[in-house]
Parts: sequence; C-alpha cells; structure tokens
Amino acid sequence: MAKKISILIVDDEESVRDSLYNWFIEDGYQVECAENAKTALTMLQSESYHIILADIKMPGMDGLEMLKRIKSLKSDAIVIIMTAFATVDTAVQALKDGAFDYVTKPFDPDDLSHLIRNASKQISLIEENEILKEKVISLENVEDMIGQSEAMQEVFREIESVAQSNASVIITGESGTGKELVAKAIHANSPRKFFPMVSVHCGALTESLLESELFGHEKGAFTGAIYNRKGRFEMADSGTIFLDEIATISPKMQVELLRVLETKSFVRVGGNKEISSDFRVLCATNRDLKSMVEKGLFREDLFYRLNVVNINVPPLRDRVEDIPLLIEYFIKKYCASMNRPPIPVEPSALQRMESYAFPGNIRELENMIERAIVVGNGKKIMLKDLPLAKESVKPTFESLDDLGKKHILAILTKYSWNITVSAKALKLDRVTLYNKIKKYGLTPPK
Amino acid sequence: MNLEKITLISFGYFEKGLLDKIEKEVEHEFLLPVRLREGHLDLSQFFEPSRRQYDGFRLLKEVDSSFADENDKTLGIFNVDLYIPILTYIFGQAYLNGRAGIASIYRLRNERYGIFKDEKILVSRFRKEVIHELGHTFGLIHCFDPSCVMRSSTYVEDIDQKNHQLCRKCRELLGIQP
Repeated sequence: MAKKISILIVDDEESVRDSLYNWFIEDGYQVECAENAKTALTMLQSESYHIILADIKMPGMDGLEMLKRIKSLKSDAIVIIMTAFATVDTAVQALKDGAFDYVTKPFDPDDLSHLIRNASKQISLIEENEILKEKVISLENVEDMIGQSEAMQEVFREIESVAQSNASVIITGESGTGKELVAKAIHANSPRKFFPMVSVHCGALTESLLESELFGHEKGAFTGAIYNRKGRFEMADSGTIFLDEIATISPKMQVELLRVLETKSFVRVGGNKEISSDFRVLCATNRDLKSMVEKGLFREDLFYRLNVVNINVPPLRDRVEDIPLLIEYFIKKYCASMNRPPIPVEPSALQRMESYAFPGNIRELENMIERAIVVGNGKKIMLKDLPLAKESVKPTFESLDDLGKKHILAILTKYSWNITVSAKALKLDRVTLYNKIKKYGLTPPK
Repeated sequence: MNLEKITLISFGYFEKGLLDKIEKEVEHEFLLPVRLREGHLDLSQFFEPSRRQYDGFRLLKEVDSSFADENDKTLGIFNVDLYIPILTYIFGQAYLNGRAGIASIYRLRNERYGIFKDEKILVSRFRKEVIHELGHTFGLIHCFDPSCVMRSSTYVEDIDQKNHQLCRKCRELLGIQP
C-alpha cells in the first residue's frame, strides 16, 4: 500500500466488528470501529476516514440514514453498505443516496479484497484530482508572473486582496506589461477558479462581430449565421469574462455592455429570449480611460461600473531590477521548448538589456530572448545576439522639436552645410530647410 | 526478538508426518525453536449449525487465552472449516503483533475442489499458511511482493503462486538476516 488508508467499521454486532477489524489490520489498513451510527457520526466530526463500512440494520439510526447524514457533512469518505438481508430496493436506495457499493453478508474474502481495492483506487483518483487542480492553479498563478520589485509586489498584493471579491477590475498598463496575466491570476485565486475564464479582445473585432461574439447569435440572425452560437457572456457563466482593450469599443457597444453589467442578462443577436449569466468582469486597457471620459469618448457610467478597482501594471523600465529574473525565466522557458539546457547571459548583454527602455515591455524582452536563443551559438547569449546591439539604447524623452533640430544639424554637418544636398537627404525643399535653420538658430561652424 | 519459541498446537487428526515437516520448515524460516504439541478443545462449542462451519474468531480468542504464553508465538492448527461472521470462509487468522493465530488445513485439500488428492501440494500450502499466520503474529502485514509468503491469498490458487519464504523486505522487518 502506498499510503495508509483509514477504515471505519460501523456495526452493532461485536463479532462482525472484531473480525473485520482483524482482517483489515492484517492488510495494513488503519482501522477503527463504532457500535452504532451515532457514535460513528460523532467520530466523523473529529476524524476523517477514507472508507466507511456500515451495516444497514442497526438499532437507533440505520445505515441508510447514517449514509445521508455522512453525505450532508460533505465528507469525502467512501461508504459501503453491508446487509445480511439483501433486497433490490434497499440496494438501489443505498446507491441513490451516494453509497459506493452494497454487499451482502457474509461475502467471499476475495470479494472483500476487491471491494476495498476498488474503493482505494477511487480514493487515489480523488486525491490525484485534488493535486492536479492545485497544480493547475499554481501554474496559472505564479509561473508567468515574475517580479521582486516593490512595484510588482504591490500588484501581487492588490491581486490577492481583490481576487476573493466579485468586484469589477480595470487593469491598466502599457502594451506588453502582462495585463492579461494579472487577469488570469485574479481569476485563478478567486472562488470562480474552477469555472471558465473567457477572454475577448475587443480591439480585434468590428462592432457587429463584437456584439455577436459577446452575446451570441441565433441561427439566421445575419448572413452566415447558420447555427445558434453561445456568446462569451454565456460561456463565462459562473466564471470570469476578461475584456481586453476595453477603450476601443464603440459608443453603441458601451451602452449595451452597461446594460448587461447591470442586469447580468442579455438577448442573443437575432433572438428574443432573455439569457442570464453569472460572470465577473475584468477588463484591461493601455489608454487613460478617465481622460477619455472627460473628452466624451467613453461613457462615464460605464467607467464607474467597471472601475470598482484599478490595478496598474508598471512598465518594465520602472522595474529594472526584475529584468534579470525575467531573462532567466524566458531562457528556461525557450530552452526547455527547444530541448536544450538553460544557457547563461554574457554580462555585457545583460548590462545592455538593463539599460534599455523596452517600449514593448515584457513582450519585447520575451521576443528578444527567444530570438537570441535561436540565432545565438547555443552556449550563451551574447551582445551580438540582441537586436539592440547596434542601436542607441539610451532612452530618450526629448521633444520632437529638439530631436528635429539635432537631426538637421547632424545632416548639415555631414554634408558640410551644403544646403541643396542636405535638403535632398532630409527630403525637404531648400526654402523649408532655410526656415528650419532660422527657426532653430543653427549656424555653420566657423 | 526476545522470544523463546514458537508453539504449534494441533487440534484434531492430521496426516502422519505432516506436522513434523511443517515444524522443521517453520523453525528454518523464523530461526526460533518450534515445539509441536497436541491440544484438546470441545470444537462443538465453536460450531455454527446454520453455516456448518466453525467460528474462527472465537477459536482464535480461545487459543490466545487458554494456550498462548507471553514469550511465545502460538499457532492453533485445525482440520475444520473456519469462518468469521463477515466472510464465507478463512484459511486462518492471527492477532497482528499478538501472541496467537490459527490456521486450518480444511480448505487446502485438493479434494475439496474436485481434484485428485495431492499430498505434496497439501504440505506446501499448509506450510505457507502456517508461516503466513505466524508472520502476522510477528507484526507483518500483507506484502505486495508476489512471491512473498506474506502476500494475501483468498484462493488456494493464490497460495500456490507464492513462495514458502518471507521476502527480503519482510525478513528485514523481522530483523532476520536476509
């Protein structure tokens, strides 16, 4: 036996209890006995058992009544009912009430062994299922969410505090910062975790397609609608719906969305039946929704409905200390997918990445690492493997005017202030170039 | 083990020489002196007319209380059909890590299954059953090694499949040199 299986024997006959006890002890099980249902139920309150073998006929509470009580305690125990007088009715009743099996006394030693072996298999399956569920949750939870920086720790704290509630959340942050991962982590830590999380990329769909995608459609609702189709809100019943790029939805869809959020019910496109769905809304945007509200581009009522909680995911340049961790994670991920051992990063390459602004955030870093592993020598990631090796990697936040001034000066210097050649290189006419030289106060070197 | 000996007590008639053979094998397996003696019990007290069998659990209790010594392992050997209330039959039974056990030769005979009598097979099965029940008294539970004598056997065919000896793991548990 891989692990100790515990058995509770419930029978009013001492000889039955003793003989079963002795039989199971020899098999290495952990065995306890109770002389009636009441004692067994009391024992179940302080102790849990894998298998309960109960006689059907006992003074006071009978086995079937005890079975019902055990099931109402939400015990995972497998209950096997024993009887000396088998009738089909009681057997059917026992199985209907949730008994694992039903046996008639006395039974062959081999039948008893089989019975317990089958029950043990069931127990293993239940436990295996629990372990797998936990693994799935931990996979969704932590695998891809990496960060030891204070900014990310704050995000993790916010995820934890908001996950248990049903509140709508707007996740903001630049493109590529991992907003969808935050949504997944909220879902995976919520009581809705065993139900689906349905994602909709609002920005990728036209208004009519989005409507059909969110609410579903009835057969014949429009050309090409040859079957009834469930919408994403319907699919997210008991789970979570994640609306990515929420700022891109049209004013008409904003109205419809607001109505669905308020009533939790909707009608499929082309249908007339009201459908209810219990979902939680998480949405994400890289735009400033508040300023969109001020400009009248996003409905204020919808904004307040969605923005119960706001989680802002910091850009990668604000958490440079996480870059080495992320690099290590992506190296492991892509080396594993290519069946290679993880490779180190050359210090100069690491330094360059740490000083880079990553406008594309983690997505850019991930692609950069994948590319470096593919094109590199397979032993380590070197500076030449990075697409930023020849680029100016210093972040620049100068104005367009300043940049224009610098660029024009560089071209003029390159062509020794030859206006005609410089204007051609800049793709400007000569008059415009003169005006710009005057505007920026540029003077040729003496 | 601080035990002095193993006692095999026969209740009823057995084939000539059979118990002597068993005695030697048991001594060899557990490396303890084995004493063989006859016991007397009124078996009718343990007979259950409705099942036409003998109550194994009560017999075990009787052997334990009336025949077993503190520093011995005692096994009652019977030639009757044993049962326990919950099961249709048993080959034997013992107190786990206790001082007594019982074993019956009744259901080990080929004749019970419509096959020709085979003395050799009978001795082999009984030897395994006696060592198996004594193993329980030494605290061994059923073993998953298919060849180990401590493997659970519910049919005589199961007994035929296993060896006469304890496996290496069970011997180690008993502190016997493998």
